[in-house]
Amino acid sequence: MLAGEGLQPSSKGARVRFSGDKRTVIDGPFTETKELVAGFWLWQVKSREEAIEWVKRCPNPFDNGESEIEIRQVFEAEDFGAEFTPELREQEERLREQMARQQSS
Amino acid sequence: MTAAGTASQIHRTIDAVWRIESARLIAGLARIVRDVGLAEELAQDALVAALEQWPESGVPRNPGAWLMATAKHRAIDRLRRSRLLERKHAELGREIEAGQAAAVADLDAAIDAADAAKDDVGDDLLRLVFTACHPVLSSEARVALTLRLLGGLTTGEIARAFLVPEPTIAQRIVRAKRTLADRRVPFEVPRGAELAARLSSVLEVIYLVFNEGYAATAGDDWMRPALCEEALRLGRILAGLAPREPEVHGLVALMEIQASRSRARAGPSGEPVLLMDQNRARWDRVLIGRGLAALERSERLSGVRVRGPYALQAAIAACHARARTPEETDWTRIAALYAALAQAAPSPVVELNRGIAIAMAFGPAAGLEIVDALTAEPALAGYHLLPSVRGDLLVRLGHQDEAGKEFERAASLTRNVRERELLLARAAACATK
Repeated sequence: MLAGEGLQPSSKGARVRFSGDKRTVIDGPFTETKELVAGFWLWQVKSREEAIEWVKRCPNPFDNGESEIEIRQVFEAEDFGAEFTPELREQEERLREQMARQQSS
Repeated sequence: MTAAGTASQIHRTIDAVWRIESARLIAGLARIVRDVGLAEELAQDALVAALEQWPESGVPRNPGAWLMATAKHRAIDRLRRSRLLERKHAELGREIEAGQAAAVADLDAAIDAADAAKDDVGDDLLRLVFTACHPVLSSEARVALTLRLLGGLTTGEIARAFLVPEPTIAQRIVRAKRTLADRRVPFEVPRGAELAARLSSVLEVIYLVFNEGYAATAGDDWMRPALCEEALRLGRILAGLAPREPEVHGLVALMEIQASRSRARAGPSGEPVLLMDQNRARWDRVLIGRGLAALERSERLSGVRVRGPYALQAAIAACHARARTPEETDWTRIAALYAALAQAAPSPVVELNRGIAIAMAFGPAAGLEIVDALTAEPALAGYHLLPSVRGDLLVRLGHQDEAGKEFERAASLTRNVRERELLLARAAACATK
């Protein structure tokens, strides 16, 4: 395994709909999608709004066609707060270390 | 959604737009009005207009263009007003009116010319970076102005990050802008021989911001650690603007690799954890990957030329990042890199670090030889790490008595309580052996 992230609920996410040069923001939650997922980016931003503003500045992937980019927040260890016990945290870190070893070997 | 909810959402959107657009906006305006201070005021006017209008009208489709158009209108208004004032004072009548019309037409022409050169945005930003970091300004002023003009941070945010009162920062920024105007600092990217010196001033400002955030500990205001992210962002933007400069990539690599350790460098109660004792699983692999890639770019660009101090420090940091356990650390390579760094940027602290690396690679006696030579160095007279490192090497050589005295000396020199406790404990351990 090379990479894996847990996604937070889509109620915290947003979709930006591209239609020609028009951009429409749709707030989550979303039901399952029928579209094909074509790729992903991992971004570091200060807020959901900043992520939306950057997505709006993307060129339309299909020139004059229609498409959507969905924004979702990944879980970080800090999001689990007290429930993420030191033992669990260590286990998670061991797992990540193993992955890192596999990656670099 | 409630009306209040929508309004606060719009405010968050405006914050986000400002963060993305403000530097480009100020840079574009500075080229037109040739005054960074005035450009910033005009951009702020446009922001105020957005805060007033967008909650009613909604966020425009192209918010950056809206802000720029609004700021340009303000520029013309201001010019008209100042001409009007001049006219009243001088009571010169008609002739001036013709002159005023011509001046407004001049500005219009300048704006049109600016619009025509749209792909100059990168150049504008680079001019703004070099102006904000101009050597006529003190380094404190450069830092504040850079965060304000390029980072889009408010005066309050900068003040919190540097633990100083807000009026101090506000005054620093006002004075800096006045100095730039008074000294008629041109809004341009330096060329030729001047470029190298001016670029190192820019890199220094970014690294200062980074270190200010990196020095912050767990209990500090979140705004302080956020400085690290801000410095990284500025560094990455600069790398995009000046992709041919090896030291820019070197600095980015250094900051990425150092930032990768931020989660591992403090224990549960905020106590510092030394590099060799850190849980390496907590290092951020994404940042390490970015750092190593930036270092590779830097080294490819410098080719056979001598590597600069940032690239060398990044190369040292990379040696640690590549080692999966402390035992795997390539100390021979680190010692060689410190020797190169001592050539590129000579300093007794670099020499002390070289001594440590030599000791790790070739044994404590070889390291002690270098460290001993530094005891006469006046710059290190009050530096607690010198006796601390000496003590450490003496312990490894079996000279407990001498080592104990060194730890005591180090304890008397440090101002950090936790560090003092640790050093006194080590001194006590030497006495019992």
